Amino acid sequence: MGGTDAKDILGLPKTPLSLTQEKKSRPQKESHRKPDGISREVYALTGGVAPLMPSIDLKRRPPPDEKVAWKWLSFTNSARKDDLQLYHWVRVVNDVPPTGDYSFAKYNKSVDILKYTDEEYENHLTDPVWTKEETDQLFEFCQNFDLRFVVIADRFPVSRTVEELKDRYYSVNRALLRARAQSPADVANHPLMKEPYDITRDRERKRALSMVLSQSRHQEKKDAEILAEAKRITEMRLAARRAEEPDVSANENAGLDKADGVVPGRSVSPTSNSQLPATAVAPSTLTMADYASTLASLRMLHVYLRTYGLEQMVQAASSAVGLRTIKRVEQTLQDLGVNLKPKVPTKTVCDEHLELRKEILTLLNLQKQLQYKESEGSSHREGSYAAMPDTPKDRVFASDPFSFGAERPIKKDQKRKGPGRQADTPSPAHKRPRKLKASDL
Amino acid sequence: MTNSSSSKKQAQDQPETSEPTLKSLKAKMTKSDEKQKKLKDIEISVPIVYGNVAFWLGKKASEYQSHKWAVYVRGATNEDISVVVKKVVFQLHSSFNNPTRVIEEPPFEVSESGWGEFEIAMTLHFHSDVCDKPLSLYHHLKLYPEDESGPLTMKKPVVVESYDEIVFPDPSESFLSRVQNHPALTFPRLPSGYNLPAPMQVEDTGKKKRGDTKDHSLGQWFMSFSEADELLQLAAARQQVQAHIAKLRRQISLLEGQNQTVKTGSDL
Repeated sequence: MGGTDAKDILGLPKTPLSLTQEKKSRPQKESHRKPDGISREVYALTGGVAPLMPSIDLKRRPPPDEKVAWKWLSFTNSARKDDLQLYHWVRVVNDVPPTGDYSFAKYNKSVDILKYTDEEYENHLTDPVWTKEETDQLFEFCQNFDLRFVVIADRFPVSRTVEELKDRYYSVNRALLRARAQSPADVANHPLMKEPYDITRDRERKRALSMVLSQSRHQEKKDAEILAEAKRITEMRLAARRAEEPDVSANENAGLDKADGVVPGRSVSPTSNSQLPATAVAPSTLTMADYASTLASLRMLHVYLRTYGLEQMVQAASSAVGLRTIKRVEQTLQDLGVNLKPKVPTKTVCDEHLELRKEILTLLNLQKQLQYKESEGSSHREGSYAAMPDTPKDRVFASDPFSFGAERPIKKDQKRKGPGRQADTPSPAHKRPRKLKASDL
Repeated sequence: MTNSSSSKKQAQDQPETSEPTLKSLKAKMTKSDEKQKKLKDIEISVPIVYGNVAFWLGKKASEYQSHKWAVYVRGATNEDISVVVKKVVFQLHSSFNNPTRVIEEPPFEVSESGWGEFEIAMTLHFHSDVCDKPLSLYHHLKLYPEDESGPLTMKKPVVVESYDEIVFPDPSESFLSRVQNHPALTFPRLPSGYNLPAPMQVEDTGKKKRGDTKDHSLGQWFMSFSEADELLQLAAARQQVQAHIAKLRRQISLLEGQNQTVKTGSDL
């Protein structure tokens, strides 16, 4: 119902059926959809579908011939070990009190803890580190506290870690199971046999978990970057390799596994990443790895067009920056009168082009830095005077036309299917923090 | 041969710059490389120009054959690229008869007549010692001039060409030795003391047809591409950017000094 209202507003057709069919199906649907006992709006809240749990059937009233009374009666609870008798209100129908155990007694579940005899202990369960008393106590606690090892560890008289307790408990259980089993095959399917508790793995797992939890935000960002980097590298290698002979595919999988193995391995010891090359903090080093990996993947191709190679390198350079910055770089290139894609892409031209782009990125970074410094400075000063930059920051070279002497013969008939960027696209609105000007007062 | 084997070792001793995994990848590839030992950090590039020339047929134009055009790949300086390129497969629009044209000899071009503009894929296949992977180029066939309002003329064709370079980042020794001193490509500077084996004698050059396009019938319409202009442009741009960077750096350090004094001054 709400759905059709929304569709009305949007002007969408209500159902995909044709009009005549609509009329037929609608009344059918109407009678289905509106259930008894619940108002239309409430039903619509659940999405017009029947709820998973049966709703309260408000129409069903108790038959009038029943006599219902409420009595204050005593009861016993089978879950209790003593004979305590408590009282509560009971719904009595026709003077017959309800039978059966206390309704909540069924929730008194406990874990089945194996019990061993002294003989069994002597034969199978002795351990250099654990005394019999300790082991007995451990098992008693396990019974009392329902295998809640954290509580057990807390209350254990001898201080032991949770992992040690678990290890002892599970190894005792395994030994007992093996000893008691008729044949080894019987116990082979027991979950404890199939997946035994490995204390070292557990310790590692918990350590890794706490490491991840205590990571600073900075670390998180670095990790995300490195992961994206590794993914890109493997993808590029995959693409390049796939183009090669198919018998390399076996190696490829090994290589991929190695790359995958590197990444999760790293997550265990995030502070000491010696395996990946790009570990430094500064983003510039990350870009160096980008370049190196791009070059490597280009070489894997064995043959490529220089324009393609330049594209890849430009992408690598832009991988660490956002879309806005990329657009600004391109705008700056245009303002400088440089083709976004060189018309004569020789090696020298491409290298120069790439260097220029890198320098523009540095320039934009410095601009941002300057802005921060200025806003820092203005916030320190009490008054309203703030250094207002006189050149518009977003378009550095817009005002001064490129006045290099020689003619620039733009070959007009050389139109390639290049990017159709015209001067009419305005530079994106730069959200600069509004600084106080002297004129504001 | 001893000369080359010792120099091979020298080449391999060159330090690897990037990731350790590249080494392992190289190690995996050596079995295919044994026949052709490859050098590192040396590339061969072949400058090419590809595009089309289209003539309007004017009086002789019919509805379905309004233009006569030729699409081609040639050396940028009109040298013979068949030293590197074995054949070029031109994939034309499906409406053409035999849309897949295989050209096995230079000049690598296809001439046709038609009325429509479409994308043509040119796949370059190289000689076995050069590269066993083909490389594809894409060109949008242009028949009509940019200036739509102008009258069509039979005299001047519409010419659209693109410059690019085929880069072989890992040329094999046999490739290097075969093409040394060939004008169609840029030969890299070899590490000092490195001697290439003498090139194997190929067919008698007299018998081979001329593969260069210097005297091509359409030669007068070919465009020339000079990197000089672009280099000048780039150099000037870089200068400007560098100057601006220096200015900003000065400004920042100035501000840093100011901020310091303000900070110490207003300690509330």
